[in-house]
Amino acid sequence: MIERQVTIRNRSGLHTRPAATLVKAAARFQSEFTIIKDAMEINGKSIIGVMTLAAEQGSELRLRFEGPDEEQAAAAIVDLFERGFDE
Amino acid sequence: MNERNSVIEETVLKGIAAAPGIAIGPAYLYNKEVPRVEMKDVAREDLEAEIKRLRNANARSEKELQKILTFAEQRLGSQSARIFEAQIMILNDAVLMDAVEKRIASELKNAEYIIADEIGKYRRRMLESPDEYMHERAHDVEDVMNRIIRNIQEQRLFSRLEGESIIVSETLTPADTVIFSRNQVLGYATDLGGVSSHAALLSRSLKIPAVVGLRTATKRLKTGEMVAIDGYAGVVTMNPTEETIERLRGRARAFREFEEKLVGIAGLPAETIDHRTIELSSNIEFEDEIPFTRAQGSAGIGLFRTEGQLLRRGEYPSEEEQYRVYKNVAESIFPHAVIFRTFDVGGDKLIPDAIREENPFLGWRGIRMMLDRPELFLEHLRALLRSSTHKNVRIMFPMISSLHEVRAAKEFVRKAQEELKLRGELFDPKIKVGVMIEVPSAALLAEEIAAEVDFLSIGTNDLIQYLLAVDRDNSYVAPLFQQFNPAVLRVIKMVIDAGHKKHVWVGMCGEMAGDPLATMLLVGLGLDELSVVPSVLPEIKKIIRTIRLKDARRVAERALSFPTADDVKKYLTSVVKEKVPDIPLELS
Repeated sequence: MIERQVTIRNRSGLHTRPAATLVKAAARFQSEFTIIKDAMEINGKSIIGVMTLAAEQGSELRLRFEGPDEEQAAAAIVDLFERGFDE
Repeated sequence: MNERNSVIEETVLKGIAAAPGIAIGPAYLYNKEVPRVEMKDVAREDLEAEIKRLRNANARSEKELQKILTFAEQRLGSQSARIFEAQIMILNDAVLMDAVEKRIASELKNAEYIIADEIGKYRRRMLESPDEYMHERAHDVEDVMNRIIRNIQEQRLFSRLEGESIIVSETLTPADTVIFSRNQVLGYATDLGGVSSHAALLSRSLKIPAVVGLRTATKRLKTGEMVAIDGYAGVVTMNPTEETIERLRGRARAFREFEEKLVGIAGLPAETIDHRTIELSSNIEFEDEIPFTRAQGSAGIGLFRTEGQLLRRGEYPSEEEQYRVYKNVAESIFPHAVIFRTFDVGGDKLIPDAIREENPFLGWRGIRMMLDRPELFLEHLRALLRSSTHKNVRIMFPMISSLHEVRAAKEFVRKAQEELKLRGELFDPKIKVGVMIEVPSAALLAEEIAAEVDFLSIGTNDLIQYLLAVDRDNSYVAPLFQQFNPAVLRVIKMVIDAGHKKHVWVGMCGEMAGDPLATMLLVGLGLDELSVVPSVLPEIKKIIRTIRLKDARRVAERALSFPTADDVKKYLTSVVKEKVPDIPLELS
């Protein structure tokens, strides 16, 4: 299991479009992907879950990856956050 | 309103005119069919069938949404269609659907109950958020949920919509409006909503007459009852008498006939008989409206609402995305000019990072917000400046209430120009910058403001709202929103005179500019430009071409002498009837 801390960089936060990008990226990996914000834990492969996060610019998230390709998944997803979802 | 009069069957409900046109027909009461969900046990041997029922419902829901999506894209452009894309994504959420199927199997409960329970959890969480944007998303989630449930129950939503009807509902979602327009819908009447509500915008673009903000329409009307809606006047008549129907048909005919008389006017200038030319341009929000403005004979764009782009997507577009739109608009409108109003968010317009305000109309909106968000504002101005290489782009600031703001905003323009210079980008160094006069303080300071800008444009909607302290979207006080209030007339005159004293042109881009009753008055007061919704443009042009400046001046002078809005209106009605006899005035 790997855990990473990320900060939302893109201006509009995790709104529908970045949420879709994130979910699609996560679907490429076998590993389970969980997003933790405050007391909330949601499945990062679920669009409806990610939509409920209300993560604005500047909010901090914990990402948890667990599975055979967790290294690659973590690298790819963290990169996505760092690039601000290319917005 | 004869609400208490039981002798007369005909009852008139007053609402807000949202989309022009007249429709007469049976009402169809559309109760947002929130499907009833009961918890039922599923026998183990029926489990497979139950799961299959769910999957079929999902497939059908997706098909429906795809159809709506395609239709919305064709009729409304890909941006508006985005709402439906998000809904399709939820349908395809494997995590969600796996969880639902697993629960059906382990709890042995019916599919609709589990769907409602599972999706309901997410919906509640969204509603708990203080973010307005999340509440909108909660509606999307609710829409999807109801769609799946309805399909599970194999109901057909519109099976009972037979023949042509007038849809009466509390409110209409974008999906409702779009799907209804494919059926035989004559018009819409809703309890809630204002002129800028989703339903209003969509019905206008779909050309279906609509009256919104009726408050009690769903309680008072029954399916099958005859109803007449007048989308010009914002009036709905229940059980109209033969006489009323005749009168309304006459009005509809008059409008149609008048429209026929307007054929060919598009290529002619908006010039009075004694050769005073008025710059007659259009108010638009999206670039796909440009072909229509051209067909209507518009001379350029007098108001381009840039915030449309961000309201559609719910987030701030990047400089490049903004630039692309502005450049297209400037190029396709050339050699005419376009006035871009800088982002006017806040107030009634949702913003992505919406904050809650006790009194948003008196709060952080328009230029106030932009001046506090230097990065966003500079990005916006850079995109606007870059689109100005053909020298036909003007910039206008909304919600200016002091000279200080004018100076600060101009300083931002200068800064943006410097940044572009450093980047080696081209722009119009002498770009014309103007101010929207919509706050009473700015009207009082119009002369000082005019001395520092290139033009003034009177935004009557907000100016009247602030001057008379009336929210016109609040149906309880909407009748107090009087554009012919003598105070309004005097302020308009003051602004025009102030601008002319400082040798800048003065225009008007509020709704009043598009009211045929006001045209003569406004020309007479000396306005140089009128920017109107493109649908009424030929009508206004026709009036201008029928009158003399000399007469208009006299009319304006006389109109200014009356003490009440009713007096002014009565006077203007008689004058317009006399001078422009074939115009169907929006009065019943």
